[in-house]
Amino acid sequence: MDAANRQLDELISRDYQHGFYTELESDTVPLGLNEDIIRLISAKKHEPEFMLEWRLQAYRHWLTLSEPHWAHIHYQPIDYQDIAYYSAPKSGKDGPQSLAEVDPELLRTYEKLGIPLKEQEMLAGVAVDAVFDSVSVATTFKDKLADLGIIFCPFSEAVQKYPDLVRTYLGTVVPFTDNFYACLNSAVFSDGSFCYIPPGVRCPMELSTYFRINAKNTGQFERTLIIADKDAYVSYLEGCTAPMRDEHQLHAAVVELIALEDAQIKYSTVQNWYPGDKEGRGGIYNFVTKRGDCRGARSHISWTQVETGSAITWKYPSVILRGDESFGEFYSVALTNHHQQADTGTKMIHVGRNTRSTVISKGISAGLGQNAYRGLIKVLASADGARNYTQCDSLLLGHRCGAHTFPYIEVKNPDAQVEHEASTSRIGEDQLFYCTQRGISPEDAVSMIVSGFCKAVFKELPMEFAVEAQKLLGVSLEGGTG
Amino acid sequence: METMNVQEHWQNMALDQVPLALAGHEVPWVREARLAAFERFAARGFPTRRDEAWKYTDLSILAKRASFAPDNIPPDAPSEAALNAWMLSRQNVHLMVFVNGHYSPELSYPRNLGPGVQLESLAGMLDENAQLPPELFDAVHEHTVLDALNTAFTTDGAVLRLAPGTRLKTPVYLLYIASGYGVSIYPRNIILAGEGAEATVIEHYMGTLDAHNFTDAVTQLELASGVTIDHCKLVQEGSAAFHIAGVHARQKAGSRFVSHSFALGGKLVRNDITSSLDGPDCDCRMNGLYLLNGRQQADHHTCIDHQAPRGTSRECYRGVLDGASRGVFDGKVIVRPGAEKTDAHQSNRNLLLSRQAEVDTKPQLEIYADEVKCTHGATVGQLDEDSLFYMQSRGIDAETARSLLVYGFLNDVIERVPVSELRSRIVDMVLDRLPQGESIKELL
Amino acid sequence: MLSIRNLHASRDGKEILRGIDLDIQAGEVHAIMGPNGSGKSTLAQVIAGQPGYQITEGEVAYLGQDLMELSPEERAREGIFLGFQYPVEIPGVSIAMFLKTSLNAIRRQQGLPEVDAMEFLSLVREKMKLMQMNEAFLTRAVNEGFSGGEKKRNEVLQLAMLEPRLAILDETDSGLDIDALEVVANGINGLRSAGRAIVLVTHYQRLLNYIKPDVVHVLAQGRILKSGGPELALELEQRGYGWVEQESKAVAA
Repeated sequence: MDAANRQLDELISRDYQHGFYTELESDTVPLGLNEDIIRLISAKKHEPEFMLEWRLQAYRHWLTLSEPHWAHIHYQPIDYQDIAYYSAPKSGKDGPQSLAEVDPELLRTYEKLGIPLKEQEMLAGVAVDAVFDSVSVATTFKDKLADLGIIFCPFSEAVQKYPDLVRTYLGTVVPFTDNFYACLNSAVFSDGSFCYIPPGVRCPMELSTYFRINAKNTGQFERTLIIADKDAYVSYLEGCTAPMRDEHQLHAAVVELIALEDAQIKYSTVQNWYPGDKEGRGGIYNFVTKRGDCRGARSHISWTQVETGSAITWKYPSVILRGDESFGEFYSVALTNHHQQADTGTKMIHVGRNTRSTVISKGISAGLGQNAYRGLIKVLASADGARNYTQCDSLLLGHRCGAHTFPYIEVKNPDAQVEHEASTSRIGEDQLFYCTQRGISPEDAVSMIVSGFCKAVFKELPMEFAVEAQKLLGVSLEGGTG
Repeated sequence: METMNVQEHWQNMALDQVPLALAGHEVPWVREARLAAFERFAARGFPTRRDEAWKYTDLSILAKRASFAPDNIPPDAPSEAALNAWMLSRQNVHLMVFVNGHYSPELSYPRNLGPGVQLESLAGMLDENAQLPPELFDAVHEHTVLDALNTAFTTDGAVLRLAPGTRLKTPVYLLYIASGYGVSIYPRNIILAGEGAEATVIEHYMGTLDAHNFTDAVTQLELASGVTIDHCKLVQEGSAAFHIAGVHARQKAGSRFVSHSFALGGKLVRNDITSSLDGPDCDCRMNGLYLLNGRQQADHHTCIDHQAPRGTSRECYRGVLDGASRGVFDGKVIVRPGAEKTDAHQSNRNLLLSRQAEVDTKPQLEIYADEVKCTHGATVGQLDEDSLFYMQSRGIDAETARSLLVYGFLNDVIERVPVSELRSRIVDMVLDRLPQGESIKELL
Repeated sequence: MLSIRNLHASRDGKEILRGIDLDIQAGEVHAIMGPNGSGKSTLAQVIAGQPGYQITEGEVAYLGQDLMELSPEERAREGIFLGFQYPVEIPGVSIAMFLKTSLNAIRRQQGLPEVDAMEFLSLVREKMKLMQMNEAFLTRAVNEGFSGGEKKRNEVLQLAMLEPRLAILDETDSGLDIDALEVVANGINGLRSAGRAIVLVTHYQRLLNYIKPDVVHVLAQGRILKSGGPELALELEQRGYGWVEQESKAVAA
């Protein structure tokens, strides 16, 4: 077993690949948070009055809240006055109008990250919105999507161009009163992606946002809003990286998904924020609120996440199953190594009749990593015929890490069926011996077993992401056939 | 209760209420232990639903009671006939009866205990300052604030001491009877088992129908190495009664602790059952069932704490909820660093029979060691349609078929009880609540 | 090919093998028989390098090298194959993925080019046909949810794919019905060759009706008590193991 542990340590202690920093002149607001800063952010974005009002309301409410501490994570207190709440690359004062106007240094940054933004070089079939610190720097394939009536643009642009849509949906899934971090985000969010798929349209390509924290001492507070109108379909991918720094940086995002009748939204994340070094210095504090609202009958929202980065991950992508026969899914792989801590899971709130949900969570703990699944399955009295199946498995590698499972199940309907299963284990000596007896090296054997462990989640990811995710776990197999 | 002055509120109450005439009041360490415990309770007051561990347990009505002081005057003993109806058995047990929290020697039949066994009333021991380890009343043994309240107000209870190697064949049967309006009862049972000892202890809480009592009980079990203890608890309180209790075991190497908990009566029943597996090679089993109706609520909060290598734990809880009842299961398994080769399994299954009933279940694992095998499962659902159809196809009417399935579902837990009188009492109580239960009884 | 001298091995401080001597030449088929708990499986596992056993005494030479110096995967790559008595489940990992990784690891060691997906598929299909296995098997996770018989067939499929020099088959016949036994035995017989040695570890003589061994050994209490020709297996079938133990005690006395 020691061989296996050593090997996995090697595999996942490979240096962080995206830790570089881009020298760019940036426009950063002073440290600290007050109403003036919020007015400044709103002014920089030329926002309509209603947005500023909303931000201020959120800010005033935030002042009444205190940081939650129920999660199974430990960290030094965050000084909210020691953070810059807005930072943007200086080139193009009002944001680039086309790729030609984007600072070439920025384009190189994204190329280095493996995200070419020039459309001719892009992976066919993926439209990207690139968010750099507080602003969106480029959105590809916009025109092609516009032909179908699909809106895919930076949030700040949507606020100006489609204020009615924003006003109708913003904060309806995650109101600013929801929790401490969502409230903070509502007050200071700078950019993010906005996406609207009109009725009956099946978005022909994967939409993707790539988030990059670059500047020092800044927090990133993006906000994403995706609306799939009746009978629409969209698959959306999110990726994240940050430079290596000794100090912690705060990332508090909000994602709201709204699926109307018969609509489907598939949201996939590969989160690879800088996790900190082997001694636990630095790394992103990732406090994220993600929630989908299956508002219409037969709507379908599915979250898939591969969480390998961040010093702390605190996120519970959830689905409110309001529409009758709506369907929510959550698939998660979370890996914690060294001093990383993750407290992640989901909430499935069954409101409508014959609503269904599936939760598959795979946690891998190594080093001193602490990995917790926290989930809530709530079946309201109205949810006749509700069904949930939850499976949470934990894999422990090494004897100094921890794996925890905190599921909450609350059922108020006698017609509901809820089933929860969880297991915790390590790679068995017998499994390892069986593989090595077939000539497979212990390294490959561990990779193979870990990847097998995660398979149920990986298969939910779009192809490009699945490959990326396997690589991230250090478990890619040469020529492995499914 | 208002949060503002929890402390002040309870401090004031203390002045009025910490009675000076409780057992052991002339013994300095006992008095100090009581006052210190009350301080600990008063500092926090009754838990509210904002406390994570009490999220599903609403004590607000209880906290509004005018008085929590234990009733210090033993009431009249119940009639012989009533007693016979309540009692599981008078034969084949070492019987101790407590009425409103006070030991009643005239109703009890401790029998010939044999060498190495001591079974006494705690109040008597405290009054005489008999040898009892004072640290049993230390804060480290408290798992909830109600445990502290119990220490402050402990009325009486049983102390069972087993010398090393003693095997007590006959079960110890502790019957607690509550009657009258608004009494507060604070039983404290202490079981100290020397190396290799074996015993079965039954705690039976029986309330008259209309008793509005509040029972706050604590049972402590210290298992030396190689000890085997079966602890069976049956709560059959009156329909307006609050019953909140802690059962806390500590296990040394190679010991085996089996807890059986049956919540069948009371307005609100909450059991916090814990075991700390301090030595290697321990075995811990926790079985339980709740069968509720009307506006009853029953909570089981369990914690199995694996501190040492090669421990085994098995937990099996079943619940059936009818009427507007609510069942709560909150089970935690902890595997500490170094507790390698732990093998833990936990299961909680629930049947919801009515639209007003509710189940909240929270099976938790907290694992800090890697060479372990831990699993848990929880389900909420209905009776299996296929089984129902199968029975109907054999000519059994739907109602009987349903009752049979519920009985089978619960019997899985009941049949683990080692005392036949208790088993059949529980089976009877289950069947009495099921339609066609009488006809099923005939089949047994 | 394999030469074992005075091999002692224990597990968790308990001695299981108490001085094994055994020589196996290329081209031979040996059967190792013996009562339950005699150490048959331990011997097989120790040769394959199961890390849970401690070698306390003795030596094992394989093709002229000290086997005990090699890790389990090195042994496998040098051509030692162990058919497991209890094949292990590996959730989420398909047989195709597993077998291809294994095959290429062994081929690399032998200086052979790795097979690509197409070559692999045609090869595995051919062997599966031999084993009368459905192709759908390939996408199933290794041994997960397999019946006893399926697990054993899967072992023999791997044997056929990896073509080892020394195959040790630990109770590969147990849990098989008569038809499956024939398929498995045919698979094994098909692999008999001058360059290959096969060791059948078995409790019953049944398998030996299909695969005729050159040498039969009786293993009991951690020692080889008796060796002989195929007729010894038949005698064991009729008389049990007791007499061998008696006989060896008498000799010792």
